[in-house]
Amino acid sequence: MSQTAAPKTTASASSPGHIESAIKDWSSDQRAFKDVPWGKAMMWLFLLSDTFIFSIFLISYMTVRMSTKVAWPNPSEVFALEIGGTQFPLLLIAIMTFILISSSGTMAMAVKFGYSKNRKITAILMLVTALFGLSFVGMQAFEWTKLIHEGVRPWANPFGAPQFGSIFFMITGFHGFHVSIGVIFLFIVARKVWRGDYDTGKRGFFTSRPGNYEHVEMMGLYWHFVDLVWVFIFAFFYLW
Amino acid sequence: MEKDQPHGQEHPISIYFWIWGLLFVLSAFSYLVDILGFESYTRWTLILLFMLAKAGLIVSIFMHMAWEKTAIIYAILLPTAFIFVFVILMALEAENTLLSRQIFFSSPL
Repeated sequence: MSQTAAPKTTASASSPGHIESAIKDWSSDQRAFKDVPWGKAMMWLFLLSDTFIFSIFLISYMTVRMSTKVAWPNPSEVFALEIGGTQFPLLLIAIMTFILISSSGTMAMAVKFGYSKNRKITAILMLVTALFGLSFVGMQAFEWTKLIHEGVRPWANPFGAPQFGSIFFMITGFHGFHVSIGVIFLFIVARKVWRGDYDTGKRGFFTSRPGNYEHVEMMGLYWHFVDLVWVFIFAFFYLW
Repeated sequence: MEKDQPHGQEHPISIYFWIWGLLFVLSAFSYLVDILGFESYTRWTLILLFMLAKAGLIVSIFMHMAWEKTAIIYAILLPTAFIFVFVILMALEAENTLLSRQIFFSSPL
């Protein structure tokens, strides 16, 4: 694993021969993703498989919603929030969307500061990301509680097609689970950054291998993916 | 393991603030689609438009796909494209199910 070739950093995708470069990489010996750290490549492949899982959920939602004879509940009304006697449609969902986007912003900056070895700012930005994530999960718990009190169940609900409940709990539950796992790992990686594990070469608890600041970027990939999935859930489940 | 300096993704911080702001604006627009009460095809087109714009910004800038090697871009994005085949198949299937239900279950289910 001794690569002496100078890493290509500038816009490899937009250079003229990018098809040639892809064919060259794929037909080369030993590894297809030259210059891509293996951990990052594996994170991308994991996210690809996760994309398929969420796609299957959203596609089953589409199938169920298209094929039911009973009217689908209007999400704009179901998820409305009453403040001072006025109904605000989708208010909580909009706040959750903005919070998740903000957490993505702080995470992207954490990756940048990680590579410039600014430990303190990186750890703080990751903690802010984790707190945004926690507040997101908290609001989701509030939303679940509200809907359960209103009588929404996986098999029935007072608003319309019974499939609404099962789809809602399955999709938002699985997404919320992803956010929760992300928050746990954000705390773990932030702690490692704060302690300077990636500078001293301290070995990891599970892997017994020294890590480096690429871990922050891998963590970032996962977190942005969670935000990405929410973009699709927001569009298809809440707005459609 | 050699002590290699990770030649990571380092871009000016302003780009992240720009994308952050753009995502806020696009989210506000998609929220407005609901508030202003667009219906049917206008609604669906706008929702898809803002959704794809947001997804594109997140993947290309926040996840640094724009700066990755072509080999990995294709390895990730090409399989994703096949999801649309599945979407079309299941949409046809759903139409078929709905038709059967309308023919054979005349009383509301």
